[in-house]
Amino acid sequence: MSYFIEFRDVSFRYREDQPWVLKDVSFHVQSDEWLAIIGHNGSGKSTIAKLMNGLLLPQKGEILVDGVQVTEDTIWEIRKKVGMVFQNPDNQFVGTTVKDDVAFGMENHGLPRKLMVERIQTSLAAVGMSDYVAHEPHRLSGGQKQRVAIASVLAVAPQLIILDEATAMLDPKGRLEIMETIRNVQEDQDLSLLTITHDLQEVVKADRVIVMNQGSKWLEGTPRDVFSEKDKLRNIGLDTPFVTKLAAELSAAGLPIQREPLNHQELLEDLWTLHSKM
Amino acid sequence: MDITFKDVSYIYQANTPFEHRALSGVSFHIPSGSFVAVIGHTGSGKSTLLQHLNGLLRPTEGKVMIDDYQISAGEKTKDIKSLREKVGVVFQYPEHQLFEETVAKDIGFGPLNFNVEPKEIERRTGEAIKAVGLPEDLLQRSPFDLSGGQMRRVAIAGVLAMNPEVLVLDEPTAGLDPSGQREIMDMFSRQHKNNNLTTVLVTHSMEDALRYADHIIIMKDGEKYMEGAPLDVLVNKEELQRVQLDLPEVIQFLHQAEKQFGKAIPYQKQSIAQLAKELTAIVKGGESNG
Amino acid sequence: MGSSMIIGQYVPGNSFIHRLDPRTKITIIFFFVLIVFFANSVMSYGLLTLFAVGSAVSTRIPAPYLIKGLLPVWFLIVFTFILHLFVTKEGEVLFTIFSFDFYTGGIIQGLAISLRFFLLILVTSLLTLTTTPIEITDAIEGMLGPLKKIRFPVHELALMMSISLRFIPTLMQETEKISKAQASRGVDFRTGSFKDRIKAVVPLLVPLFVSAFKRAEELAMAMEARGYQGGEGRTKLRELRIGKLDTYTYILFILLVIGLFLTRA
Repeated sequence: MSYFIEFRDVSFRYREDQPWVLKDVSFHVQSDEWLAIIGHNGSGKSTIAKLMNGLLLPQKGEILVDGVQVTEDTIWEIRKKVGMVFQNPDNQFVGTTVKDDVAFGMENHGLPRKLMVERIQTSLAAVGMSDYVAHEPHRLSGGQKQRVAIASVLAVAPQLIILDEATAMLDPKGRLEIMETIRNVQEDQDLSLLTITHDLQEVVKADRVIVMNQGSKWLEGTPRDVFSEKDKLRNIGLDTPFVTKLAAELSAAGLPIQREPLNHQELLEDLWTLHSKM
Repeated sequence: MDITFKDVSYIYQANTPFEHRALSGVSFHIPSGSFVAVIGHTGSGKSTLLQHLNGLLRPTEGKVMIDDYQISAGEKTKDIKSLREKVGVVFQYPEHQLFEETVAKDIGFGPLNFNVEPKEIERRTGEAIKAVGLPEDLLQRSPFDLSGGQMRRVAIAGVLAMNPEVLVLDEPTAGLDPSGQREIMDMFSRQHKNNNLTTVLVTHSMEDALRYADHIIIMKDGEKYMEGAPLDVLVNKEELQRVQLDLPEVIQFLHQAEKQFGKAIPYQKQSIAQLAKELTAIVKGGESNG
Repeated sequence: MGSSMIIGQYVPGNSFIHRLDPRTKITIIFFFVLIVFFANSVMSYGLLTLFAVGSAVSTRIPAPYLIKGLLPVWFLIVFTFILHLFVTKEGEVLFTIFSFDFYTGGIIQGLAISLRFFLLILVTSLLTLTTTPIEITDAIEGMLGPLKKIRFPVHELALMMSISLRFIPTLMQETEKISKAQASRGVDFRTGSFKDRIKAVVPLLVPLFVSAFKRAEELAMAMEARGYQGGEGRTKLRELRIGKLDTYTYILFILLVIGLFLTRA
């Protein structure tokens, strides 16, 4: 098993007279896995994202990306491997048209023009935006802009994509667009995915979840493991999905629910099995 | 205040090549004291509709009546300023409207414009900051030193301090984390009850619509698509799917359970615990439908 | 007038002028502006007018649109003409109205100056009508290229221009949104004394600045995350290329210049 990213006892604060935003955080991201990070605003989860590609550098501990430590000298190489999509669709759209925006990252990394033209096509096709090559940003919806942002990241061919609350400002339709896009992209390419989110629907689909609280790692595990720790989640005021709550109440009402359900289908299957036995 | 829309149409940039019809022939009536949720996708006309409620937009055709105020094509509305005092609007990302040196001044900005007495402004400012759940010692701070969530609350307090009779909310919880969303919506719900407000909430959240509203209007392509009580509108799977809206999750689950077990649990805003009991009864019910 | 004003607007199209390299267009317009001042005979003016009107027609932008769009400028042109009628007292008195003498010199001068004015406006507005702002930016970056040697920040300047262009519509939307929010809080942008209106602008400007700064900050971070580190080692997607079309255009223009000097009085 290879770790694509490794955090070793990482601590970070913005200024010396301010409290630590991250305290001795250690974890890893494996190659090709989807890791979700949840937690309240201010729990340090966005800081983690910015540390991964050297937008911020830690005061203590070390961060390895593909075996290389993140330092001033390595950030430009690392940024090719770690792509990032931010929250506000408008404030990351640099180009005057869709194709110019997709090209921006490639231009920065000095890719030859011929390759750029090719990759603009393939990456826009991957996010279903091929019909919008020459569109200007103000004629796109929020969800479309975020898809372009994903295409821009894909074009540089990174090994990890970070979505830092990339769906938070979108309407449900836009959110769905992005999640479908991401799922397709992850299936088609060898990519690790890190999503930082509040959306529980997103979390249950990840391979692994880390729960952050006040700068420390609070919980880590598969979505099923994490959501079965209801008390620990409730302690820090985090919500759990509807099926999780319902399953807990069903157990309380006397039904022996065996596994923590992640979606309606799973819960209904288990209920049906119980029903058949009775 | 009663709100009535009568055949309201609105066309952006009329008589130009960029002409765009945002509302067409929308009629409805909202009795005073209702909590109405307006639902629809981006571009369905709900933002345009909302801007008619305090005369920011004037219908191209038809008329809007809010209590005694009438807004219609061509003629100027008398006392538009006093209408704006009575209809408080919380826009999307309202923290973007903050500009004063202190939180207190920003909250008092609306009342000041409506010529409220300084003493009264002070009283309302104190009340409003409490209502949104912020400590009073923030009042003398600059709004730009606060966190995003606190700024949102200050902006909302600024609207509440106008003592409006109608509260118009345009996705007031967008971008907040789930616990922040819940707190803000519960706060609006309290305001609605305690101050006898008429509340119009524009939202994407079927969950919020189900939880807080007593009347629902669904918009599609500038037209009114459906209207009615939440438990009538939000259970109608086929009709909702036609406009690409989802059922609230509870109702979705109950539909699936009904398919699986052949028995319906009618949704009447039961608690999850109560639902679990009813579901347990069905699961234990014995006879198999398989 | 607002929307009918066309100076500075781009009209999409595929005419040969649309397809010219923007640097060609800028160069030719620059020299056209110079040679207009050398015209001094009916023939030479005729030649220039032929060139300008011919260019305008070849863009296939509808003539009524052009004429209406230049409306505010028409006023200036007519004004210039009338001014000359009254001020220039050369040549013979042509006729007298209300004891004011109109000279032939005045009329000729007036016509000549107004025509020059018209030609300048027409040709320069063809640049923006047929070239997207971003193409103009590219052209400026290309043409200022040599200045990089003296450390003039050409790339940064061009990037700044293109980002400004990109954010103009966004900031316009934002302005509208904030002004509506403040109007809902009782601000009146339309009536009141001059002082009142200045005061009404503060609640609009402060949030706009705050949001622009925030955008700039986030944009800078996003650009850095995407590997931006200045102009060095950067490649470019948008390429400017001088083609056959440009060569023909230059030849045509040189012929025009020769023609002009042959027909001068």
